Amino acid sequence: MTDQTPVLRLEGIVKTFPGVRALDGVSLNIMPGEVHALMGENGAGKSTLMKVLGGIYQPDEGQIIVGEAPSVMSSPLDAKAKGIVFIHQELSLADELSVAENIYLGELPRKRFGMVDWDTLYRRTDAILDKLKVGFNAKTIVGDLSIANQQMVEIARALTVEAKAVIFDEPTASLTDAEKVVLFEVISDLQAQGVGIVYISHRMEEIFKITDRISVLRDGSYRSTVNTADTNEESITQLMIGRSLDLSRNESHHELGDVALEVRGLSCGNLYTDVSFEVRRGEVLGFYGLVGAGRTEIAETLFGLRDPSAGTVLLDGVETTINSPADAISKGISLVPEDRKGQGLVLGMNCRDNMTLPQVDDLTAGPFVAEGSEVAIFDQYRDKLDIRTPGWKQIVGNLSGGNQQKIVIGKWLSMHPSVLIVDEPTRGIDVGSKAEIHNLIRDLAAQGYAVIVISSEMPEVLHVSDRIVAMYSGKVMRTFTSEEVTEESLIQAISGLSSDKAA
Amino acid sequence: METGKYSKYLKSGAIWGFIVLELIFFTIAGEFLSLSDKAFMDADNMLLLFKQSAPIGIIAMGMTIIMVNGNIDLSVGAIYAICAIVLLDSMTWPMFATLGDGVIPVAWALALLVGVLLGALNGLIVWKTGVDAFIVTLGSMLGYRGLVFMYNGEQPTSHLNWTLVDFAEAQFLGLHTPTWFLLIATTAIWFLMNRTVHGRNAYAIGNNREAAVNAGIRVGPHIMINFMIIGFLSALSAVVFYSESGSVNPNDGELYELWVITAVVLGGTKLTGGAGSIVGTFGGVLAIQLLRKGLSHIGADTSTVNLVIGLILIAVLFLDRQLNIKGKEELKV
Amino acid sequence: MGGVTKAQIGSFLARQGILIAFALFMIGFALANGRFLDPDNIMGVIRSSAILGVMALGVTFVVISGNLDLSVGSMMSFSTIVVLDLHDKIGPTMAIPLMFSMTLCLGAFVGFLVGYLKLNSLIVTLGMLSAIHGLTLTYSGGKNMDIIDKEGTWFSVFGQGSALGIPVPILIFVLLAAFLGILLSKTPFGRKVYAVGGNGVASTFSGIRRPRVVFMCYILSAFCVATAGLIQASRSLGSQNTVGQGLELEVLAAVILGGASLLGGSGTIFKTVIGVLILGFIQNGLLLVGLQFYVQFVVTWVIIILAVWLDIAAKRGKLWSPIA
Repeated sequence: MTDQTPVLRLEGIVKTFPGVRALDGVSLNIMPGEVHALMGENGAGKSTLMKVLGGIYQPDEGQIIVGEAPSVMSSPLDAKAKGIVFIHQELSLADELSVAENIYLGELPRKRFGMVDWDTLYRRTDAILDKLKVGFNAKTIVGDLSIANQQMVEIARALTVEAKAVIFDEPTASLTDAEKVVLFEVISDLQAQGVGIVYISHRMEEIFKITDRISVLRDGSYRSTVNTADTNEESITQLMIGRSLDLSRNESHHELGDVALEVRGLSCGNLYTDVSFEVRRGEVLGFYGLVGAGRTEIAETLFGLRDPSAGTVLLDGVETTINSPADAISKGISLVPEDRKGQGLVLGMNCRDNMTLPQVDDLTAGPFVAEGSEVAIFDQYRDKLDIRTPGWKQIVGNLSGGNQQKIVIGKWLSMHPSVLIVDEPTRGIDVGSKAEIHNLIRDLAAQGYAVIVISSEMPEVLHVSDRIVAMYSGKVMRTFTSEEVTEESLIQAISGLSSDKAA
Repeated sequence: METGKYSKYLKSGAIWGFIVLELIFFTIAGEFLSLSDKAFMDADNMLLLFKQSAPIGIIAMGMTIIMVNGNIDLSVGAIYAICAIVLLDSMTWPMFATLGDGVIPVAWALALLVGVLLGALNGLIVWKTGVDAFIVTLGSMLGYRGLVFMYNGEQPTSHLNWTLVDFAEAQFLGLHTPTWFLLIATTAIWFLMNRTVHGRNAYAIGNNREAAVNAGIRVGPHIMINFMIIGFLSALSAVVFYSESGSVNPNDGELYELWVITAVVLGGTKLTGGAGSIVGTFGGVLAIQLLRKGLSHIGADTSTVNLVIGLILIAVLFLDRQLNIKGKEELKV
Repeated sequence: MGGVTKAQIGSFLARQGILIAFALFMIGFALANGRFLDPDNIMGVIRSSAILGVMALGVTFVVISGNLDLSVGSMMSFSTIVVLDLHDKIGPTMAIPLMFSMTLCLGAFVGFLVGYLKLNSLIVTLGMLSAIHGLTLTYSGGKNMDIIDKEGTWFSVFGQGSALGIPVPILIFVLLAAFLGILLSKTPFGRKVYAVGGNGVASTFSGIRRPRVVFMCYILSAFCVATAGLIQASRSLGSQNTVGQGLELEVLAAVILGGASLLGGSGTIFKTVIGVLILGFIQNGLLLVGLQFYVQFVVTWVIIILAVWLDIAAKRGKLWSPIA
């Protein structure tokens, strides 16, 4: 394979954004007929690199070479015309339009007078859909398809041109096992035709199953490329995070108090069913599972954002119903939501106002907001959580992800809740801030808070939890104590393999 | 998926169901309440209904493509008035004096050209400045109206050309000239939106703008073309109407934008863009005109028409939302 | 001070641009016509802007909360007609509170639809524009409304009276602006209005009862409309059914000119007042230099687009939009 010309070469790509060097001299060779994995932590620069390649961003330095020819990707369409096809992680489909129109979006075949050549369009589309063995046709409206089928439409787009290289960004995130098999067949078909595949994924088992080589990015710079056959998960992880993966478990237990929150047989439609657990004061309860397992939905129900269809919630042993977030807050429940920017913060507001938002009604002097007490609260939690900001007047949107997250956490700590729910507390946050937030969570439990941590990252769950609830497809599979949990048993539980062992 | 389909049919059929309901109601109510002996469903009455639908209807076709594209145009009433003035006034210009009736096509062309240019200006501003179309056309609604006044102060502009009036009042195959223009505009825009690349791209842009951009669709020119189309249609509407009436007041066309948007929304076009149909809009236009006529047929005055249309618009919005609710477990935000 | 960059200048211009534009206009008109800065003239401008201004105060709340209110024009016609009609029937003392309650009911209805039922505010208020217009016509029977005894009523005080040498409409405008300015910038309610408009989902996740906040904004808007109707009725003591027609868009123009974003979450009462005054002074200045009122329309058009354009240009750091 080594004597072949790469289908695609990146040489010394540099891309900076105001204040950030997102890509720092990245080079990469994609050979024809290989599946090349691109790995790295969130924020390592994978998406930026792919956007440079796909013509969405222009690099500041470096060049892209397609085959023999140095190329400038001026737009996504230009990249596609040069044979570089990008399959997005987020679905970028127009759901009111037909499958065919989506597959040929931006390049509908034309007849005279700018008319669409429907016959050609449907013929070509059906040919592609046949290859993918899907159960819908060219005229189906995309909005009527399941998420997995929409993903297949996205993939079908790659097959419309004579692709030289196809980039898959987390393509299996929403696919079932059967659909994955079809996807992998498509990939090996492309491979057989000599197409180079870039495969971005966090899922190690897939990477080791289908890729030939693995390249790793860390903090915007290129680390290394290795043959998949010559490496293992551990050394890849080490490359990605720059040290070996810390799978240490939490060993310090705090003195447990009474049960603060108990949930019995809670269900919400088909989002999750028959969920039962309890959290004591001084305890951190971890929720681990794949995306879509129903963990966030449970948190939202406890916070009054969804109505449960069955089951009971007990706070301090008293049965209660929670109708709204305002209701939940008054009953001592706080939620640090999963989507920091969408749900956690008003980005255009300053730090202080964001932090005191839930209690602004109580911080009053006469009819006015007591700005002095607000600043006092902000100062207190800025010091406590080590929030780095020039001052409370700073607009939250200008802070880094870690500091933003601390504002959200501070916002809820200042409410002195009896139950604190934290959903994906360190998503998109750098390694240093992660450790700080983990220590913070342990400290909170030590102070007698009952804490629920929802996370998709195993090290995080292992690190902070006293007990771990493993969920799969809306059901609690098993509850582990931190002493008995092992990586294998946890992975089995969240993959639905250990239902017989459910505690 | 079945229930989804069901509600989709329900939605696309709703406007026609509503029209049938109106016809039945006004026919029956007319028997008891109407002052005239003529039945509501009288052929002449229906022909008149089509004719009277034309001014709003022609513009509504343009508004459909604008709204499907994800924009809005509040300046249509002002463009309508400017083009009416250009049409009538240009026929009196000395430089065309030698043309005789040959001035008619020249005046038409001038009026339509002005409409296209005013629309293009809106589109260009939306495209190049990135200011929201709502604000841009809110501004030009005022600005264009100012131009109307600047042209002839607060005086009406009048000119009657009898050849033109004869043409505008003519009936061909039983239908009036304005009706023909409405039908032609409807067919043309239907064709544009369903059969051409431009139309399909307009849907895609309104539906998922980022996806359209990533697929290499150039959003700006599409926006601009659509604004030119609605400018053209506003002008066409003025041309059709004022050929017959022959006199334009500087306030003419005020609130047209509201009537037009009402018709388009009644016809099922989504406010956020990406979905909507010309056939639905045609239904919306007819429904409004039927309501106006029907209410006056049973002796209600214009005040009731305003009241009823306003409430129906809100009711449609409410029903649409009810149909889209997914179920009890939905996130309450 | 050599370190001032272009970007800093740009963002300063964007933040204070509306004040600078205002100052330039004032200077320009003052140079063109000496009477422009005459205290009587200035007082006259503010007085004639008061009705528009009072309505704009309420709409500012609605816009900051992330919604629109296109019904204020026809709602203003409604309150004017109602109060004039009731004046002769039950006397001004009863007529005024009754008119206010009727207008607030309309505001509550809009607030219910947009706040609690979460319907799109553009279409709801568009529908209400038409519906309230119909309601007004039904109420008046389509006729103009006039107070019979125009000389003998104290009702004229709101539009024509003056206290401490200041015309009452100006007093009402200033007091209401001060009150609502404090409400918006200093109270928990004001804070919640900004939060709801800035990020509705996040405000719900923070325990704010978003429907209630939106509802209250429309109540405030209706209150301002009723006040504007009172001034209008008192000033003319007679009115057409369409007295407020088209005002909704002028009001919105003033609010946008003041720098409030239609997306919600930004704007202040002070800036809205500036926006109102700019519109008023442009109109007046153009009249004084001998131009007709409608030239104002064209100037307003240019100013609105420039104001919003510069604002977003400063935010994205580029003059021209990135749209392909």
